[in-house]
Amino acid sequence: MLRYVIKRLLLMIPTLFGAAVLIFLLMRTIPGDICYLRLAAGGGSIPQDVLLNCRRELGLDEPMLVQFWAFIKGLITFDFGKSMWTNRPIVEEIALRFQLSLQVALMATLTAVLIAIPLGTIAAVKQNTWIDYFVRTFTIAGIAMPSFWLGILIILGILVTSKAWFGVAWMPPIRYVPIWQDPWYNLSMLIWPALATGYRYSAVATRMTRSALLEVLREDYVRTARAKGLYEKLVINRHALRNALLPVVTVVGIEFAFLMGGLVVTEQVFNLNGLGKLFVESVLNHDYAMTQFLVMMVVAIFAFTNFVVDICYAWLDPRIRYTR
Amino acid sequence: MQTMAEGAVRPLSGEALSGQTAAKTGKPVLEIENLSVQFRSSHGLVRAVENVGYSVHPGEMVAIVGESGSGKSVSALTIMRLLAQTAEITSGTIVFDGRDLLKLSDEEMRRIRGHHVSMIFQEPMTSLNPVLRIGLQIMEPLFIHLKMTPDEAKARAVELLTLVGITDPESRLEQYPHQLSGGMRQRVMIAIGLACNPKLLIADEPTTALDVTIQAQILELMKDLSRRLGIAVIIITHNLGIVARYADRVNVMYAARIVESGTAEEVFGNARHPYARGLLSAVPRLDRGRAMRLQTIEGAPPNLLKPPAGCRFRPRCRFAIDKCEINPPLVEIEKGHRAACHRSNELEKIDRPTASSHEAISAVASSTSGPILQLQDVTKFFPIGGGLFQPKKLVRAVNKVTLDIAPGETLGLVGESGCGKSTLGRVVLRLDDPTDGKILFEGADLAKASSDEMLAVRKKMQVIFQDPFSSLNPRMTVGEIIAEPMRVHQILPKDKIHDRVAELLSLVGLHGYMADRYPHQLSGGQRQRVGIARALSVNPKFIVCDEAVSALDVSIQGQVINLLESLQLKLGLSYLFIAHDLAVVRHISHKVAVMYLGKIVEYAPADELFANPKHPYTQALLAAAPIPDPVIERTRPRRIITGELPSPLRPPPGCVFNPRCPIAVENCRKEIPALRELGPKHWVACSEV
Repeated sequence: MLRYVIKRLLLMIPTLFGAAVLIFLLMRTIPGDICYLRLAAGGGSIPQDVLLNCRRELGLDEPMLVQFWAFIKGLITFDFGKSMWTNRPIVEEIALRFQLSLQVALMATLTAVLIAIPLGTIAAVKQNTWIDYFVRTFTIAGIAMPSFWLGILIILGILVTSKAWFGVAWMPPIRYVPIWQDPWYNLSMLIWPALATGYRYSAVATRMTRSALLEVLREDYVRTARAKGLYEKLVINRHALRNALLPVVTVVGIEFAFLMGGLVVTEQVFNLNGLGKLFVESVLNHDYAMTQFLVMMVVAIFAFTNFVVDICYAWLDPRIRYTR
Repeated sequence: MQTMAEGAVRPLSGEALSGQTAAKTGKPVLEIENLSVQFRSSHGLVRAVENVGYSVHPGEMVAIVGESGSGKSVSALTIMRLLAQTAEITSGTIVFDGRDLLKLSDEEMRRIRGHHVSMIFQEPMTSLNPVLRIGLQIMEPLFIHLKMTPDEAKARAVELLTLVGITDPESRLEQYPHQLSGGMRQRVMIAIGLACNPKLLIADEPTTALDVTIQAQILELMKDLSRRLGIAVIIITHNLGIVARYADRVNVMYAARIVESGTAEEVFGNARHPYARGLLSAVPRLDRGRAMRLQTIEGAPPNLLKPPAGCRFRPRCRFAIDKCEINPPLVEIEKGHRAACHRSNELEKIDRPTASSHEAISAVASSTSGPILQLQDVTKFFPIGGGLFQPKKLVRAVNKVTLDIAPGETLGLVGESGCGKSTLGRVVLRLDDPTDGKILFEGADLAKASSDEMLAVRKKMQVIFQDPFSSLNPRMTVGEIIAEPMRVHQILPKDKIHDRVAELLSLVGLHGYMADRYPHQLSGGQRQRVGIARALSVNPKFIVCDEAVSALDVSIQGQVINLLESLQLKLGLSYLFIAHDLAVVRHISHKVAVMYLGKIVEYAPADELFANPKHPYTQALLAAAPIPDPVIERTRPRRIITGELPSPLRPPPGCVFNPRCPIAVENCRKEIPALRELGPKHWVACSEV
């Protein structure tokens, strides 16, 4: 098992390196650069020497290989540099936003799993009954509805109901406070985006649980379990569900990693200063340093989530545990 | 139910039970009467079981025989009430131990399942839960039904594993199913079935997925347990040999109905239904050579959506008369022997072998010209593993095999799964490249041929695969499938291809209009004929038949074997016939090579090899394979070989067979025996014979 873990960890290195090469080259194929954007902000023409000076300052006049090496060296030594746009250390820029995005992602995951597994199981066991139809409608709606739109509905809903019930329109707070400073305040702000994204997330996971379980319920070993005279509850929970969870874990993992960097519009709706917003800004600004770091971070999150998924696989399925 | 005391476990070494319980007098454990089951499908109602009735006594082994779709498994699952939700039981009673199982509530039925009646399924590979330990899976029914404590259950599980012949039971409890071989898993399934001392054990094709030596071990075990513990056993199978060897009584099912039932001796020796008689003559036998053609039943079993009126067998029956349009009842002919045929009393007189069955197969290989295919020291090693941390390992799939095939000759290649026989077939066709050795096809070495050279040779060598379901492209019509090789090799101008397809279809016994059908519209036998037509389309000289008839039902299998033989006569084909079924190999082959763990252990003309097997492995294989004749079976000595095929990753030193060999001596563990010619063309790789 330990060997399996070490092997999976080592396999992350080539993935990260490949991503580093790719993002480095991609950023430089986008026409225009940060100095233009910075200097042309006020309009008018830019003197040639000012432009060159700016590029020299940022190290953009160096040969590509030297720039690449600087980037890789920074990654290895955990010296991630400064944002080219704001000139503040990247780590500092990211710290708060990361906290916020992570918390939203975790809360959404928790919501999704708590909804998906029981709901998917019931739908599979009661296949083609009204319960199943209800679950299927509920999940189709979840997949079809964009999270940001659901977010807008939620905010409107809160406004309208709070106004109707308490006479005062209440809005979720818009200033971020870490959970350990004021849990109540923090949660009252973040629960809404977590629900908005968690609904879609849970819809995907519920459908996966349902279809995986339906497949497993047709397996020979489930028939064996029934032939042994086990209680139906035991047949489902012990024999079927554990086998059905494998694909669900994969979906949960991928969705979680996506939430960490991909919540651009939903963050706008709830006015959250998260990673998604930062990502879009830094790309638009040609902030090489910031974009590269963010991409590497998202890649690392994806790789790490996959690693956790693999560990879960090994935990759930002894065939994986013993053959590696 | 409660009075018999949950927890009162009879001793397993119950010698006391052996005498009286085996007697077939007394009350039956199970009595099925007039049982009918139907399924709703999108095409209509399928009556899968109709008016079936039989009984089973303690200590007795009752066989249900039939081809796929005859309703044998459905009738068994009905006893357990484990049918799919689309099934509907329309009539009948299943009286077990004085109670009608069909009238019990779900909860009452659950208490019977796995406790008083248990079931073993066909696929040991998929019937155990892959994520749970063996121990828990065995102990579950003990916890549920007998309310044992974990310690009691564990002790009992160890006892059960010992009973079914698994060594080192304590540590097995901690293992997962994938760590056990197929034979071991089936033993575990039996242990689960026996856990609560059931009165009835239902085994649905329990050995179909297993090799013949393992099959013999498992069935001997079941028979022995049934006798010793007085358990009634229902065994569902398509293998007539198994029935002859192990069953006390037989029920033959055809198209959802029982057509004949009686003791094994009566049904095999004096069958009173044309289907049962046809089945018995259609099956190739280990004790008969290739001189005679198989007498097959023409046609295929009816579609149960639209079964024929009257006797279901009428469209295929050679003796059908007008009266057969009225469904014949199952009537008693002699005591305990029943048949459903209007002419059952005259069958003995009118059933003479048809003219074609006497047609001898005189194809003698033309030995004047040289061999068409010669293999010299052909070797195929697969490297596996070799990840970041593991060293590469070699699977010695094929190890220095030397064989030859003359034009017009069939070489049978037999062995158990994993022995490398299919790999050898692939290497011969250069679907895999050999690691070493020469493959001389018409004198040219294919082992080193370039892909252009191979393209030219591929016209002359073709292959027929085992699975007629997955080896035909489902999106192409039969005509397109057959025409494709001709297009690739540009054998015929485009306008001629259509006629050639029709010609090939009639050659393999299919109608011309089938060219426009898709594979899923054909039956298994018809698909295999399409596979044969495809192989023939390029006028090959040599065909590799890789388990070409193993997936087919007995009556269809006979038809395909006959087809292969008559094509050989007509077209002078050579076959490399790869199979695990010794009887089929005996029937079709001129020469036979026996393979074990990548090596040829014996190689001789077919009649010589079967009459006079020298290598202990060949002897063991032959002893393990049952003959469909209870009289012969009762007198045959049982020498069941123990153990299982070792991993080809770690072959034993010396002779690869030595760990299982009854005559192995010290030297066998050191030296690898070479093939020696012990008689004319009879080669054996054993130093002790």
